[in-house]
Amino acid sequence: MPEGATAAQAAYLEMRGISKNYGGVHALSNVDFSARRGSIHAVLGENGAGKSTLIKIVSGVVAPSTGTLHLDGKPVEFRTPLEANAAGVVCIFQELSLMPDLSVADNISITAPPRTKLGLIDGRAQRRRAEELLARVGCEDIDPRERVKNLPLSRRQMVEIAKALGRNPTLLILDEATSALTGTDVEKVYGILHALRKDGLCLLYISHRMHEIEELADTCSVFRNGQHIETFAAGAHSHDDIVQLMIGRDWSNVFPEKPKWDTPPAPALEVENLTWAPTLNNLTLSVGKGEIVGVGGLDGQGQRELLLALFGVLRGVGGTMKIDGRPVKLGSPAEAKQPENGIALIPEDRKTEGLMLPMSVAENITIAALPWLTKGLVIDQSAEADKIREMVERMQIKAGDLDQEVANLSGGNQQKVVIAKWLLTGARIILLNDPTRGIDVGTKQEIYALLRGLAADGASILFYTTDYDELIGCCDRVLILYDGAIVRELTGEALTETNIIASSLNLPSERTSAEAAR
Amino acid sequence: MKSLRLFLSQNLGLLLAIAMFAVLYAFYVSQYPNWGMNVVLQNGNETLALILVGMAQTMAVIVGGLDLSVGPLMTLTNCFGSIVMAGTGGSVVLGIIACMALGTACGFMNGCIIVYGRIQPIIATLATGAIFLGLALLLRPSPGGSIDGDFAWAFTNDINELGYTYGWWEDLGFFGKIPLQPIYLILIVLLVWVPFKRSVTGRGAYAIGSNAHAAYMSGVRIDRSKIAAFTLAGFFAGCAGIYLTMQMGSGNADAPQAAEYTLRSIATVVIGGTSLYGGTGGVIGTIFGALVLRSISFIFRVVPESAPLGFVASPLLQPFFEGLILLVAVSLGAARVFRVKNRLSLFS
Repeated sequence: MPEGATAAQAAYLEMRGISKNYGGVHALSNVDFSARRGSIHAVLGENGAGKSTLIKIVSGVVAPSTGTLHLDGKPVEFRTPLEANAAGVVCIFQELSLMPDLSVADNISITAPPRTKLGLIDGRAQRRRAEELLARVGCEDIDPRERVKNLPLSRRQMVEIAKALGRNPTLLILDEATSALTGTDVEKVYGILHALRKDGLCLLYISHRMHEIEELADTCSVFRNGQHIETFAAGAHSHDDIVQLMIGRDWSNVFPEKPKWDTPPAPALEVENLTWAPTLNNLTLSVGKGEIVGVGGLDGQGQRELLLALFGVLRGVGGTMKIDGRPVKLGSPAEAKQPENGIALIPEDRKTEGLMLPMSVAENITIAALPWLTKGLVIDQSAEADKIREMVERMQIKAGDLDQEVANLSGGNQQKVVIAKWLLTGARIILLNDPTRGIDVGTKQEIYALLRGLAADGASILFYTTDYDELIGCCDRVLILYDGAIVRELTGEALTETNIIASSLNLPSERTSAEAAR
Repeated sequence: MKSLRLFLSQNLGLLLAIAMFAVLYAFYVSQYPNWGMNVVLQNGNETLALILVGMAQTMAVIVGGLDLSVGPLMTLTNCFGSIVMAGTGGSVVLGIIACMALGTACGFMNGCIIVYGRIQPIIATLATGAIFLGLALLLRPSPGGSIDGDFAWAFTNDINELGYTYGWWEDLGFFGKIPLQPIYLILIVLLVWVPFKRSVTGRGAYAIGSNAHAAYMSGVRIDRSKIAAFTLAGFFAGCAGIYLTMQMGSGNADAPQAAEYTLRSIATVVIGGTSLYGGTGGVIGTIFGALVLRSISFIFRVVPESAPLGFVASPLLQPFFEGLILLVAVSLGAARVFRVKNRLSLFS
């Protein structure tokens, strides 16, 4: 690209004074941000730091509350993703934007398919186009006529990438776009991204994986609590410095102190050879009374399914499960929550699995414990009201009116409602699936303290999180899952970020230490 | 080989509907004393309006909704048609065009209410359906109106009769025995449905039913596709009303009939293999779904009550068997439940 040399110097995307408020929450406050062409620009930050909001503004999903957006020097205002697309802004979202019932070819050409002379969609040309794009991302094995819902997640993600490339972007945003890819696919994607950078595209890359960022990015920007903290050339800061920038405080104080175990605690939950083809392979684990056991690893290594299996959601689970030494076989969450089992699952997505959004705060709090709040055939309303008041106080749920819809609460308070709901059942075995995703730091801290307090009172906690710091700071032991099996158990001194990353990638730990030193 | 496998797996619902129709109709033919093209004509006459109303319903279902106004809209067009289609020659043609325009306009109105009013389709069309029926009653407080007899006869018959009536052509042999109803249907499918399905707007309608969020994030013009789907539903319902007018030669604001057509239209869509969750299927399946439903009622006419097991052929049991078939069709479609390993996916 001859003109690329000059074009690359000036900022292609420029955001000035951008703020975004959701109700009282400041998702972004007064952000100035710019990115140039011919660059892979990593955007770093904790969950809830404002990265997603930034992307949503650039790609036309939400409008900023204040501030202006410039593209190639010209002010722009995107009202819909379609308008952003037309301007060359294409986004590959973490949550896929594919239509499951349509074919791969249909999905790739969804908005601008090749047409016949009559203006109708040209199926054959569309298929060829899909084949070309799939070949470009190295996925010749995908049949363009196959429906997307029949593809495994990793293939879908490649289709998503092919779809984005088919829109000829000048500004390509990748939001955790490699989270479900297999190793070889990741290599292919890296190759494509390097080639696109050479072609003079402006690439924004969002990922939680430091090694990906080290490999790809030439510029990094750190966000924290909705603010743009710093932008620097890749390599200008050490890994530890970057983490420090991201969390912005000494994170050792965030977590409550861990207890010292003289003797290992008596096991409360024991699982042997848990298998659920093809996702879970022979998992054996136990969680002691009063223990917080972390579950780590890359996304999609079977962590979610492990928790669902223990909660009785999955069918055809092999292996044995014991609670307090007593073998159990759970066929549904309704069975799992019975007092003799006492299991609770705080699900990953509070909006779809955790809460009944149109129902009130109060109704949501008691929904799981209702069977124990009845008088004869009807709900004992005064007992219910007492329990609700007790929980709201204990969890410090900030909801003006308990009869308002739970949808109106902030993310942190919603998550507190979910946790309150399960505490009310008197659960002794608590399974958590990434409970702090998208929650403000203050609430996170409250949740850590609460978990430790519950454990001290004798609960057993199995805690899956994508946040390494939580694994290190909050858990007594950490199990790393890879491909549906536990590849490593980390405790004490061995519980370090390096070891977590190394075992997550199923690498021998020496190699990664060497990489980290490099 | 691979493409055959893909074709089969992606059109299972349609193939199932065709198979069911084939079995039922074959049984009907075997029981009919002297079955011939005249019987096919009669069958077609009784089925076309239901097929068209079913096609209308299919449009709403593809985008993930239900249209409760398809039956009433057919009735409204019928009453309107009994007025504007009276007369002869060119005025009839104008009347037909006016009826199509009325149906399309009503469908467009449904679409606008749903999209801009942000009202769920089922509720919006519950209301507009009542409005359509009210208008129909205003137009025809009592059944009446008379369509030119020659016209009604010729255009609901076969190719030969059409020629004889107007002196356009003489006996065309076997070709002339082909009833007009399948020809109308093929024309509508080729001229309206196929272009829609292959347009960007039509593709958008499927995308909305499949995953509205992803469609929006992909830059699909959600509003346009949704309005188009409901507009087309109105057009199909209007065509049903026109055919009914020609078939009966008059208009009748028959509320029970409208309601029955609406309910049956949902059954035809489901039997035809279109998922009520939206995003799949199409009108071809619905055509066979309607044929399956009608075949059941045809069978009740030919199985004598004196035959062994003839007591089950009592006309009183007809709704019972229609319900049974509907249940079987839906159950076959839901067989995947037995393969689901994650109970959560039962609810999504």
